[in-house]
Amino acid sequence: MNYILSITLWLPVAAAVILLFFPKTAASAIKGFGLLASLATFVASLGILNGFHEGVAGLQLTESLAWIPQWGIRYALGVDGISLWLILLTTLLTPVVFLSSWNTIHKHPKEYVIAFLIMEAAMIGVFVASDLLLFYVFFELTLLPMYLVIGVWGGANRIYAAIKFFLFTIAGSLLMLLGIIYLAFAHFHDTGVLTFTITELYGTTLAPHAQVLLFFAFALAFAIKVPLFPLHTWLPDAHVEAPTGGSIILAGVMLKMGTYGFLRFVLPFFPDATAKYAGLLIALAVIGIVYGALVAWVQPDMKKLVAYSSVSHLGFCVLGIFALNQTSIEGSILQMVNHGLSTGALFLCVGVIYERRHTRLLADYGGLAKTMPVFATFFIIAMLSSVGLPGLNGFIGEFLILAGSFQTWPRATIVAATGVILAAIYLLWLIQRVFFGPITKEENKNVREIAWNEVVALVPLVVLMVWIGVRPNVFLRKMTPSVQQLLQIVHKTDAGKAMIAGVGRRVSGVGDQNRPHEAMLRPPTPDPRLPLSGGVR
Amino acid sequence: MVNATVLLLIPLLPALGALINGLRAAASPLTPKNRAVTNVIALGSTGLSAILAAWTVIAYVGGGASAAFQHAYYTWIPAGLGHAAGNTIASFAVDFAFRIDALSCTMLLIVTWVGFLIHVYATGYMAHEEGYTRFFTYLNLFMFMMLLLVLGANYMVMFVGWEGVGLCSYLLIGFYYDKNFAADAGKKAFVANRIGDFGFILGVFLIFNTFGTADFGKVFALASAHPQAYAGIATTICLLLFVGACGKSAQIPLYVWLPDAMAGPTPVSALIHAATMVTAGVYMVVRSNVLFRLSPDAMLVVATVGAVTAIFAATIGIAQNDIKKVLAYSTVSQLGFMFLAAGVGAFTAAIFHVMTHAFFKACLFLGAGSVIHGCGGEQDMRKMGGLRKYMPKTRMTMLIACIAIAGFPPLAGFFSKDEILATTYEHHGFLYFLGMVAATCTAFYMFRLYFMTFSGDYRAAGVVGYPESEPEHAGHDVIPGSLHLDDGDVHSDKAHGHHAEAHTPHESPWSMTGVLWILAILAVIGGIVGIPQMLGGTHPTIFQRWLLPVLLPLGGEHFEFAEASRMQEALLIASSVAVAFLGWLLAYVLYKKDAAFARATRMATRFAFFHRLLENKYYVDEFYNFVFVGGTLAFSRALSWFDANIIDGIVNGVRNLTVVVLGHGSWLFDRFIVDGAVNGVGFSARGGSRFFRRMQSGFVQNYALVMGGGIVLIAAVYLFTKP
Repeated sequence: MNYILSITLWLPVAAAVILLFFPKTAASAIKGFGLLASLATFVASLGILNGFHEGVAGLQLTESLAWIPQWGIRYALGVDGISLWLILLTTLLTPVVFLSSWNTIHKHPKEYVIAFLIMEAAMIGVFVASDLLLFYVFFELTLLPMYLVIGVWGGANRIYAAIKFFLFTIAGSLLMLLGIIYLAFAHFHDTGVLTFTITELYGTTLAPHAQVLLFFAFALAFAIKVPLFPLHTWLPDAHVEAPTGGSIILAGVMLKMGTYGFLRFVLPFFPDATAKYAGLLIALAVIGIVYGALVAWVQPDMKKLVAYSSVSHLGFCVLGIFALNQTSIEGSILQMVNHGLSTGALFLCVGVIYERRHTRLLADYGGLAKTMPVFATFFIIAMLSSVGLPGLNGFIGEFLILAGSFQTWPRATIVAATGVILAAIYLLWLIQRVFFGPITKEENKNVREIAWNEVVALVPLVVLMVWIGVRPNVFLRKMTPSVQQLLQIVHKTDAGKAMIAGVGRRVSGVGDQNRPHEAMLRPPTPDPRLPLSGGVR
Repeated sequence: MVNATVLLLIPLLPALGALINGLRAAASPLTPKNRAVTNVIALGSTGLSAILAAWTVIAYVGGGASAAFQHAYYTWIPAGLGHAAGNTIASFAVDFAFRIDALSCTMLLIVTWVGFLIHVYATGYMAHEEGYTRFFTYLNLFMFMMLLLVLGANYMVMFVGWEGVGLCSYLLIGFYYDKNFAADAGKKAFVANRIGDFGFILGVFLIFNTFGTADFGKVFALASAHPQAYAGIATTICLLLFVGACGKSAQIPLYVWLPDAMAGPTPVSALIHAATMVTAGVYMVVRSNVLFRLSPDAMLVVATVGAVTAIFAATIGIAQNDIKKVLAYSTVSQLGFMFLAAGVGAFTAAIFHVMTHAFFKACLFLGAGSVIHGCGGEQDMRKMGGLRKYMPKTRMTMLIACIAIAGFPPLAGFFSKDEILATTYEHHGFLYFLGMVAATCTAFYMFRLYFMTFSGDYRAAGVVGYPESEPEHAGHDVIPGSLHLDDGDVHSDKAHGHHAEAHTPHESPWSMTGVLWILAILAVIGGIVGIPQMLGGTHPTIFQRWLLPVLLPLGGEHFEFAEASRMQEALLIASSVAVAFLGWLLAYVLYKKDAAFARATRMATRFAFFHRLLENKYYVDEFYNFVFVGGTLAFSRALSWFDANIIDGIVNGVRNLTVVVLGHGSWLFDRFIVDGAVNGVGFSARGGSRFFRRMQSGFVQNYALVMGGGIVLIAAVYLFTKP
């Protein structure tokens, strides 16, 4: 039995425990140890990548121990193509956080490092848990360190933001807890076995109305986490007040726990309800894409701008998930990673200048390209990745999502694709206000150029942006079997079958040179299921 | 036979140059030695790439030049569309693949060789610039992207180059980033291009959906095998693709970025905004000619937009005083001619005009650059004049290029423009008329430019009485993402030029004039390959026969090379020459015979309304800013208000309600029992409105309590029920 998942999961916790014995004043030692521990965790996660078998669809590297056997709760771990890259994203971004905040955290460094290590473990736990209750524990556990990070190391209005963040997300997940318990009991009722193991629960038959209720209980929790319009307002506040490291992790990883939850639980547990209500979620996602982008455009505050851009970008991920086809879901998973890299880098960059100038207002900047040319280059690359420039990572994700959803939801996709134009508008505006034009403020004349630790933190992100952009297959092919299996479950339902039949009719015959299928002659017919006829325009 | 590795090196070499110079740009100060190293890397990589390109084309022609050579280097995006459940749809993949055929060969040679020449020119022009290495980094990066665009064997690789050249354009227009107008212009270009790309990518999705592939060869084979089947969808696809072309190639309604793009250094204007990048849209339409030919409707749209743009931009060009603005509108207009050609089915004429235009327009822009360089950064033609005395080489080469673009035989521009107009006449009388008027305007504004710049006496102080341009948009403040530009007066792109001193114009160094001469010679002889039978050539012309394989599916030759009667052909040629002469004559009378421009001034005052309309470019920028930018911005502000007040208001309202209902109850409990225990969690109770915060933090504490209690409960159950 391979314990690499447990090792990766518990390494940060062990490090946090050891850190407890460090003297409070040994700031450098604490930070150094934290960085080392997070790097060790990253190396361990490379072990996961190494042990991962590409052709396998189901969970791999599984571990399972009885935890509370009376209730069938197990300490069960596993990884598949859906979670693999999210684990690596987590273990990559944590050392990036430590590096970037090397010189910026002066208050309680020990608690800071411990909070991030615990948070890292909890996030890894979310992605590797294959027991519903274990997942729930980790899902909730991520909240506490983040609450503290915002509340202690945050900006002026941190208390309000921290509490809003905490309550908002809790509100959703409590319903999910009820749903989890209901689900387990429904399964118990069917089979006489009480279990919370995900794979065993997959086959649970649910009464239609129960399925719908459970669908919404789970979807609400994850939609808040993503966050999906109109449940997004906690995010800008949390980002604005969070310290740089908090924002990187929040946008980079935590939001993906929502989209991951959709893929891991909502789709396979409630396939009928998913097929039935996919339109609703797609509508919200598409509204979020355009709405987030437009609102981002007029934000005077850099962090708010990037935060609203996350609402827009995560909308693409949700669109990809609920378009329910191979292309779009693979694109969606890749886009989760992409967003972690690009928005992580953007928040890091915003942190770099905030730390030097102590303002987040765009109006206080201008002309920084003159004083910080190297930094400007990094910022622009991160911006281009976020804008979805071909050749960089963001493009691949967006392209796959839109190409996939265009098959099933053409009109929604067209609206969503305008988000790509809007992204260019608000991000170029950001770049221009910060870096271009004459230097109008005395304080901007002598801003310190980016430091070594910040460069070291940014370089791996940039390398990955290019790598994913040029060789996405390396990343995509590990997902393919798992996504295929997931879609098999979803498409087994009646609604799902109707859905593929609809798509199949439109696309089948492609590649057959001798016999043009009659269906190919038509432009994609308006889909009666499209909910967008009046909603979004 | 074409060698795939060599083919790959053609774009990779400039990419490598960009990478090395990019890393150097940050570190090294601008010493003469460093500048020399920059030159070696930038010029070496593009020069070598140009040689390899020539070698590849020779190898391709040597191999018979009939079938396309295609090589897939690796699977780029495995875009598996396959559905699992019983539906076996062949999943497809996008390859990183290059394609060599007559069309890409033509573009390849134009891009690499004109690109290389402009690199050489830039070493002289940019010599005094601070960001010298940065400039060549961008320029090399542009070469890489442009080569991807023309070499890509499918719409996706093409799209990488397509957006990539847009990026480089953005960076180079904004090269003088500390100038607001340059930064604005860069952003405007990028956004306008993005709007076009939105159409393009939707077109690509539709291609994927329809044909299951984006590979040129496969798509066109399918389309021409079942023309009836695909005719309907082809219209939608082509119109979407054409939206992309309108963005990239500056056609109505997306042309507005190109004139502002003149904020970039002049070599950039020559390379990107005249010779290569802006012709990408024409290249793409010609590349997709099989699809376009399936849809007469789409063709008509292309032709109409092209013709209207041609005349629209040409009329603006006659009233501009900034030498680069004239050339910019001229470029928009000439691109319109190219689309007109493509739209009426004269695909070879479109590419022929791309080629000849690359020669004479690059020559004109570089000549303008030489003039600006020689006049210490001045771009206003009213403050030039008499430069033939000071810059004989520049003057001679520009004169040649003017004659070429005006359409006088036997220079290059005549043959390509005549072919376009002749084919248009066959298909559409009114568009032909528009084209003829635009051609007259072209000859007029080009010779106006020439006379204002080179004849008469040098007048550094400007022209007294000649209509001054009114300051546009005075007091305009910056709005986020505004597409808007232009603060009225003429901006020099030579931000760091040696101006301001009392200046005698001087001729430019040989690195600049040498390039001018090469381009001028090309502008003279470039038309040889397209001489019609009437004038001693062949039918079809050499150039048409060369491109024929690209047009073959669906019987392209019948579509394009219909033979007109000799009489008709002769008349068409004569009228082409006549309009060129007419344009020249007007310019001669107004700007040469009358050095004080008294007649021109009178004309401008008499038709003040039209003059102002043209000078202000039909107020399109103002209209766009007000309607689209202003409208979207106002809407965004409204949404932002909605977000902060309504959505978040609901959230806070729910919270407050909960606080009131639940908070009060638990507060007492919280206050007296829990407080001590969970102080560690509730950092929050200090400062500010203590009571209210207390309420909020109470929730977190309560929740922590519930969580803690739950764990205790679970543990208890565990212990009690343990077997």
